[in-house]
Amino acid sequence: MAFAVEIEDLTVAYGDKPALWDVDLRVPQGVLMAIVGPNGAGKTTLLKATLGLIKPAAGSVRIHGQPYEQQRRLVAYVPQRSSVDWDFPTTVLDVVMMGRYGQLGWLRRPGRAEREAALAALEQVQMADFAHRQIGQLSGGQQQRVFLARALAQNAEVYFMDEPFQGVDAVTERAIIHVLRKLRAAGKTVVVVHHDLQTVPEYFDQVALINVRRIAAGPVREVFTEANLRATYGGRVALLGANGSAGAVTTPTPAPGD
Amino acid sequence: MELFTDYTLRNVTLGSMLLGAISGLLGCFAVLRRQALLGDAMSHAALPGIALAFLLTGQRDPFTLLLGAAIAALVAALWLLAIVRTSRIKDDAALALILAVFFGFGLVLLSYVQRQPTAAQAGLKSFLFGQAAALVERDLWAMLAIGGPALALIAIFWPQVKLISFDPDVARSLGLPVRRFEVLLTGVLVAAIVIGLQTVGVVLMSAMLIAPAVAARQWTNRLETMVLLAAGFGALAAFIGAWISAQGERLATGPVIVLAMSALTAISLLIAPERGLLWRRWRLMRQWQIGNGE
Amino acid sequence: MLTPQLEVQLIAVIIAAACALPGVFLVLRRMAMLSDAISHTVLLGIVLAYLISNSLASPLLFVGTAAMGVITVWLVEMVSGSRLVREDAAIGLVFPALFSIAVLLISRYTGNIHLDTDSVLLGELAFAPFDRIELLGIDLPRALIFGGGALILNAILLALFYKELKLATFDPALAATLGFSPAIIHYGLMTSVSLTAVTAFDAVGSILVIALMVAPPATAYLLTDRLPRMIGLSVAIGVAAALSGYWVARWFDVSIAGAMATMAGIGFGAAWLFAPQRGIVAQALQHRSRRERFAVQMLTLHLLNHESTGDAAIECHPRHLIEELRWPPAFANAIVRRAEQSGLVRRQGDVLCLTEQGRALARDL
Ligand SMILES: Nc1ncnc2c1ncn2[C@@H]1O[C@H](COP(=O)(O)OP(=O)(O)O)[C@@H](O)[C@H]1O
Ligand SMILES: [Mg+2]
Repeated sequence: MAFAVEIEDLTVAYGDKPALWDVDLRVPQGVLMAIVGPNGAGKTTLLKATLGLIKPAAGSVRIHGQPYEQQRRLVAYVPQRSSVDWDFPTTVLDVVMMGRYGQLGWLRRPGRAEREAALAALEQVQMADFAHRQIGQLSGGQQQRVFLARALAQNAEVYFMDEPFQGVDAVTERAIIHVLRKLRAAGKTVVVVHHDLQTVPEYFDQVALINVRRIAAGPVREVFTEANLRATYGGRVALLGANGSAGAVTTPTPAPGD
Repeated sequence: MELFTDYTLRNVTLGSMLLGAISGLLGCFAVLRRQALLGDAMSHAALPGIALAFLLTGQRDPFTLLLGAAIAALVAALWLLAIVRTSRIKDDAALALILAVFFGFGLVLLSYVQRQPTAAQAGLKSFLFGQAAALVERDLWAMLAIGGPALALIAIFWPQVKLISFDPDVARSLGLPVRRFEVLLTGVLVAAIVIGLQTVGVVLMSAMLIAPAVAARQWTNRLETMVLLAAGFGALAAFIGAWISAQGERLATGPVIVLAMSALTAISLLIAPERGLLWRRWRLMRQWQIGNGE
Repeated sequence: MLTPQLEVQLIAVIIAAACALPGVFLVLRRMAMLSDAISHTVLLGIVLAYLISNSLASPLLFVGTAAMGVITVWLVEMVSGSRLVREDAAIGLVFPALFSIAVLLISRYTGNIHLDTDSVLLGELAFAPFDRIELLGIDLPRALIFGGGALILNAILLALFYKELKLATFDPALAATLGFSPAIIHYGLMTSVSLTAVTAFDAVGSILVIALMVAPPATAYLLTDRLPRMIGLSVAIGVAAALSGYWVARWFDVSIAGAMATMAGIGFGAAWLFAPQRGIVAQALQHRSRRERFAVQMLTLHLLNHESTGDAAIECHPRHLIEELRWPPAFANAIVRRAEQSGLVRRQGDVLCLTEQGRALARDL
């Protein structure tokens, strides 16, 4: 099987405190993978270290078989919505066009090609009508879709998304999942930090359970078991179904802001 | 319009306007990147650089002194970053500490200079509150020589600067050298500060960086428009300030310019369409009236 | 009677202590830059009070300046509360405006009285002993009485509200639920900062007020984790900066206030570099041993992860460590040797295995 992402022995520490211990993770090409784990488990850290935004203490990352540094063009990143200042004076279209800046080269300005790519990406997330709005005037769900559109404009092969479903409305959730499925149909690979355990089996093919260490990873129906979830969340998982089958779980303490 | 015909007044007016425009434009990035007070700390920190440059060279020409100022401000900025990165001291305390310590050291050096029997030492103190009235044509050229390249760099790398100001993480994931751009933006801020030192002085310089950006932000939702507006506001406030201070005696240009800029900012915060406080209240009342009328 | 020299030092020491007390909470509450704003804007309070009362000694001065400090903070909060401006920018908008007004008022209306803009920044500590008033029949420098008053006031406030301040600083939400109004504590602290600033202002200038409020607590923060110790250390460090600054200034015949600020900065720099646990040097030393301990832990964990899988023969080979963990060969060998010596791993032929002890360690991580 060809792997889109191969993370080996990734260890990240903030000062003295390890946030990830020796994590191995392989993501096959053309799948939707959820990364699941409690708050502070290191999910964001995993994405950031994979993308070289944090320097890991050890480990290596390969994208489509080559070291990440050579494959940046193949990768798009959707950060957590709260990571930027939404009062920044810029429009929706501008933000989406920023996805093309990596390919822009040093002295060129974004032009018609970038504009059209951005508008097409906005069309895909049903935000074309908002192209000239100021980003601060959007709802949380709309902002999330703008971020998604920016990644789509990059036309990457592998997408990393940090909590795209966090605090969004039902319309946005459906729009995003629709886009994710279209990406999968086009053979792209998507890795999503996800916090709603209930929707994991419905939305994703693969799941990685993370809590500082990798607890388990693989196809949802094999890996998403009560035992693994218990190992990941400690005692904080309650069962809905009695047989402990996949999908029958939820967290009794929902993350704030849901 | 003797502001532009009288030789001294012309220098004062043009110099102040040049400063207002350049610092207004460059200050936008400091405000948007949450570094508004970095300008304050760096302008205070420039003082020992000025005094040292004078002590070492014995010259009072603007290039030498401003070079000293720029070096000291950069050293301060780097130490500040190092403190925040390597210790538990948060940026507010680091800013206040750097500001007070560098400035205090500057005062030590100034008091030392003052005892020197050279005539040239006169005027160093004017850097505290600025002395727009003493601007000569040479100073204007110095401003242009420092500000021009800074503006050119921003213009050349505009798309990259914009992306990095908005979302540095994604900029890095796209392969942009974000660290280098951060150094560039800090350097550009230093340039803006250095330009303002002679006119408004170290104490009030931060206002010339922050206020135009805040005022401009209220009137537009586009970064391109915002930086141009900020430059315009800065120049306008400088013009008004120079004009008012030419009217009466004992009206130092620097503080008057800062007050003019503060007034423009206050007006913008109150009445700018969509964002202004009074504007929003007025719209609420309209909606309420319409709601009641039906 | 004290000589003027001793009096100057006494004034400096008292003001340093008075500044350090509220300074600790400014630093801990991440509001240090408000001291910058307040120490500038109290000038406006002084000028306005002077214009009304025509005297620099009237009680109105204190009321006016304390009020101006509180007004500054309130204005900053109003501007940032509009959600149009972030707090740091709001500080940078408010205090230059108020300070400009003060500077203009001084140059226009107060003529050549003792209030001039230079002494605002620099202070005139050397002249402080010559400005005397009588208190309870004793002839004392005004700055000494005012500084002493600020110190006593701050000490009393701290003693009375220590618990509340501590709680509101470390857990504002809990403080609010327990019925302590964060706003009252906040404005109380700001009043104390303003009053201290105005008493210190005349003698040492606004810049030294900032230096003495922020540098000693920041230095102490690098040296201890405990609040009472931090308060005590801050006072001691402030006093040391004041005294050493005074003597440096006398030695080189330079600005006293500037020299004190410089010494406070040097003290901070020394702590930043050499503090026992948090200093740069200590961190660098710890870094090496921590890196090795960390690497040994990583090794055990790596072995644990691959123990049961079929690829143990590859994954647990020392050569693999060099390739996958990106360890330089010499470092990898040293780590393996260290792990062997501590009884965490052993060699089985070419492959590394965990001992029971090593497995237990890895599981605990
Ligand atoms: N910049 C940082 N400095 C220090 N610690 C951090 C930093 N970022 C995250 N951490 C810590 O690392 C751990 C993992 O954080 P994160 O990756 O954000 O978790 P998650 O995304 O799973 O909620 C948390 O305990 C967090 O407190
Ligand atoms: Mg996270």
